[in-house]
Amino acid sequence: MSQKPFLRVENIRKRFGPIVASDGVSLEIEQGEIHSLLGENGAGKSVLMSMICGMVRPDEGEIVFKGQSVRFNSPREAIRQRIGMVHQHFMLVPNLTVAENYILGQGSPLRVINDMDEVHAKIRELSDRYALDVRPDAIIEDLSVGEQQRVEILKVLFHGIDLLILDEPTAVLTPQETDRLLSLMGDLAKDGKTVVFISHKLDEVMRVSNRIGVMRDGRVVHTVNVGETNARELARMMVGRDVRMELPRSPEPPGHIVLSVDKLTCRAETGLPAVRGVSLYVRAGEIVGIAGVSGNGQTELSLALSGLLPVDSGRVILNGKDITGLDPARINASSFSHIPEDRHKHGIVASMSLSENTILQRYDQKPFASRGMLNRGVIGEHTRDLIKRFRIKSRDEDQPIGALSGGNQQKLVVARELARNPDFILVNQLARGIDIGAMEFVMEEMLKQRDNGRAILLISTELEELFAICDRILVMFHGEILGELPPDRTRLDELGLLMAGQTNQPALAS
Amino acid sequence: MDDMMFLTFLATLAGAAWRLATPLIFASIGEIFSERAGVLNIGLEGTMLVGAFCGFAAAFATGSIPLGLLAGIAGGMLFGAIFAFFTITIKADQIVVGAALNLLGMGLTAFLFRTYYVSTGKGIEIAQPVQIPFLSDIPFLGEAFFRQNLIVYSTVLVAILASLVLFRTSFGLTLRAVGEHPKAVDVAGRDVASYRYAAVLVGTGLAGLGGAFLTLGHSNQFVEGITSGRGFIALAVVVFARWSPIGAFFVSLLFGLFYALQLMLQAQASIVVPYQVLQALPYIMTIVTLVVVRGKGAAPSKLGQPYEMR
Repeated sequence: MSQKPFLRVENIRKRFGPIVASDGVSLEIEQGEIHSLLGENGAGKSVLMSMICGMVRPDEGEIVFKGQSVRFNSPREAIRQRIGMVHQHFMLVPNLTVAENYILGQGSPLRVINDMDEVHAKIRELSDRYALDVRPDAIIEDLSVGEQQRVEILKVLFHGIDLLILDEPTAVLTPQETDRLLSLMGDLAKDGKTVVFISHKLDEVMRVSNRIGVMRDGRVVHTVNVGETNARELARMMVGRDVRMELPRSPEPPGHIVLSVDKLTCRAETGLPAVRGVSLYVRAGEIVGIAGVSGNGQTELSLALSGLLPVDSGRVILNGKDITGLDPARINASSFSHIPEDRHKHGIVASMSLSENTILQRYDQKPFASRGMLNRGVIGEHTRDLIKRFRIKSRDEDQPIGALSGGNQQKLVVARELARNPDFILVNQLARGIDIGAMEFVMEEMLKQRDNGRAILLISTELEELFAICDRILVMFHGEILGELPPDRTRLDELGLLMAGQTNQPALAS
Repeated sequence: MDDMMFLTFLATLAGAAWRLATPLIFASIGEIFSERAGVLNIGLEGTMLVGAFCGFAAAFATGSIPLGLLAGIAGGMLFGAIFAFFTITIKADQIVVGAALNLLGMGLTAFLFRTYYVSTGKGIEIAQPVQIPFLSDIPFLGEAFFRQNLIVYSTVLVAILASLVLFRTSFGLTLRAVGEHPKAVDVAGRDVASYRYAAVLVGTGLAGLGGAFLTLGHSNQFVEGITSGRGFIALAVVVFARWSPIGAFFVSLLFGLFYALQLMLQAQASIVVPYQVLQALPYIMTIVTLVVVRGKGAAPSKLGQPYEMR
């Protein structure tokens, strides 16, 4: 490594209105290293990198790249200096081919495109070199998310870069695709490229980085070599205090059965069977987890329970009342809360305010409405109360919820569902897209609900989440419940085998 | 003999269909440029009227048809510039601005025509058919396709050229990307607003040309509301043609056929259907085709949405 750092960021400040995104941040990155930036949502990781790649202009401070002070007015200028970024939301035009996306905006606008063969050849060569498996003539919208991400990475390589910035690249990937990406990052570093990896997943960061910068409140608060730290220490640096992965819970035994599901079957939207005879029960004062690799019928199970997908056969009984196949409004009114997997589709209306979102199911009920008119005052007060109790970061209750970070949106959904005082709470992916601090908070809230005698069914692909708060864990595979385990981390192997569909283990006979 | 008469009927019908399709071809191809860049301009009707009026006024003053056509294009583009300013720069709702421009186009052209031209009662010399040597002598086919005026012939050129520009140039690629994923274009270093302006101006220029054809190549007079809904039919053509210029050429021909059929059937004494029913034919077919060709399949995904750089 050279004496001078490859990239040096000095004292950068950036404000968006009243929000300080970068508060005098400084950072040094060496050539050929994989440098991770770790931090909670809103810590300022993406904004910092957007300034380095020319998307956003800093208000103050200096960026020195290869010994020269640079100031980019557009991503194009950054690419010319060989800095490229793969964004969280892909910058690919869905109805164009891979090659067309790569030459977009290249050369004179009046140019006739006649060099496609050369472009295709160059793409194939790069694809082979890094085993990326990208076909130049594939149409983007036909590709899976993982493939599109490889297309994005190859795009940056196509334009020829020395510094590659990856913004939360693993958030959308399956575990296998993640492995593949992490090893690709290693290959790139071996080729002398410098990689900046933005993430909030501790294990991935530990696996792949040379150095790790931890960001908090718009600053890099620590930079450590990967060999000199561990996940626990990193987590503490991220949130600024110790994170308790073991949450205390009361030993009260569970009460009567609140929800029972009997041989439920339903089909996915594609018409294929998705849930094949699932039976389970949830008692008052317990949290039952459903583990499983995503795509094994969990989505359909939660939609069918909440009335969003027709049930083919079987029964769902809540508090002794048959709610099978009722419409979502009636199920909601039966003391049933739902924290959905896809927040944007089933949880919130992004363009509506926080206040309006908090009364989505109860807009026509007292005290929020009377004689067909909304009681704005009551709604506002109720929303302000939730914002305060759940520490939701927002300007005020009239702000559109779409303007909030994902973590804060999720907190509002959780707050709304719990405020209805339900007997039963269905949760699918409690902590999706939210950071460690917020995750700990919502998990504690769930435990409080449990201790207050609520029945909770928690569907999750994150085992850590299940182990932390569940009383029992069911494993779902191929539309069926394959078995039940206590939340005992020492039995992780058994759980893994069940998740892979293997039931013939003697240890699981119980 | 009956067979001969039928063939003559068909040849006349085909020729008339192409002629009547001409304004639709120009306007719909223009609209394809605009919509491919994500801008839905429903103000086509008003734009065509402005083109028709400007074309007529210029030809009336100068006696030159080429100057008339240029004036039609310029009038359309001027109108388009208003649309672009409001929808792209100010980011006003495209439907509202388009509807306003339709009303403005109708009112303004009627006002100016009544003020300056209606009392003259005079028409202009329109573009004459150009007989293509040899080809125009082919029986029936010659009558149908090779005895048209130059503006009608140019529709083939415009369709091919539009297709090449959209699908074979860097400009066309970027323009299509602007309608699908403007942010990607922004990140690639091209200015989204400029491309949208260009697309709207190309689109309204062609719509103006389509309007000018009505006064300079079809009837020799400007009449209030001369476009009689062609701007709206062109919008339907775009959907039916799935945003392809070559497709728009052929779909326009189909609509031209309905116009021609309607006119020729009215002239047939043996047909007893009330003429109003025949007159409604192109409009009924518009509704029918839109019902049959439903679904937004090929529509640019950012159609109608202003672009906000963060």
